[in-house]
Amino acid sequence: MQTQVLKPISRRQAMAYLGAAAASVTLSGVAFAGAEDVAARINDITGGAAGDDAMIMLDLPEIAENGNAVKVAFDIDSPMTPENYVKAVHILADGNPEPDVATFNFSPAMGACYASTRMRLSKTQNVHVIAAFSDGSFGSASGTVKVTIGGCGG
Amino acid sequence: MAKVKPRVKVPKTAEAGEVIEIKTLISHPMHSGRAVDGDGNLVPRQIINSFRVSFNGAEIMSVDLKPSVSANPFFTFPYKVTESGTFDFVWVEDGGTEYTKSKKISVG
Repeated sequence: MQTQVLKPISRRQAMAYLGAAAASVTLSGVAFAGAEDVAARINDITGGAAGDDAMIMLDLPEIAENGNAVKVAFDIDSPMTPENYVKAVHILADGNPEPDVATFNFSPAMGACYASTRMRLSKTQNVHVIAAFSDGSFGSASGTVKVTIGGCGG
Repeated sequence: MAKVKPRVKVPKTAEAGEVIEIKTLISHPMHSGRAVDGDGNLVPRQIINSFRVSFNGAEIMSVDLKPSVSANPFFTFPYKVTESGTFDFVWVEDGGTEYTKSKKISVG
C-alpha cells in the first residue's frame, strides 16, 4: 500500500494549479476561438513577422444572412515565378470554435494567385487571411463579417 | 449518407500561356462534429480534410480543410496552361476515403 504525504505547496505551485483548473473550465463546453487565439495562431504561422496589407485583395461580404456559407475570396498580386510566388494562404476566423478555416498551398505553375471558397461563420466576427511568400515574408488582410444566422448548428 | 459527388469545371481548350479558371465542387455534408441531429444526438465529425490538384502528375495546388469550411466544399483557382494534359482532382475524407475526378484540356 502506498502512503501519500501531504506536503505544503508553494504559492507558485498553487498559482499553476489554479491556472490549469481555469484552463480546463474554459475548454469544456463550446469554446470559441477568441481574438487572442487567432493572434497566437498568426504568430505561429508568421513567427512574429509583420504583414503588409497592401498586397492582398480580400473579398468578404459585409453582412452574411446565412453563416453556413459565406463566400471568401482573395487575390494576391504576385508574379508566381519559381523565384517569387505565394507558397501558402491561411484563412482564419476569430469567432468559430477553432481559428483555422482552410489553408491553401500554391505552386508557381498556377500563373496567378487567387482563389475563393465558402466557409461557416458561427457569429459576427473578423476573418483574417495570411499569405506566406516564397522569400519568407508574410502578408495579411482582414475584414469583419456581420452574421445574422450562425453556421455551427446553433 | 447522401452520395458524395465531385464536380469540376475546366475549359476544354485553351491557348498556350493562358491563365484559366478552374471551379470545383463536391457534394458532402462536412459534419463538423458539433451539430446535433433531430434526436439530439451529436453527429460525429466527418469532413473532407484535404483537396489536391495535379496536372500531368505534378501537384499544382492543395487545400487543407477544417470543419469551418461549408458543406459542399467549393473552390475556384487559376492555372496557367502551357501544354495539353490531364488534371487530377483528389478529395480525401476523414477515415481516408478518396474521391477523384479527372479532366482533360487541349492546347491548340
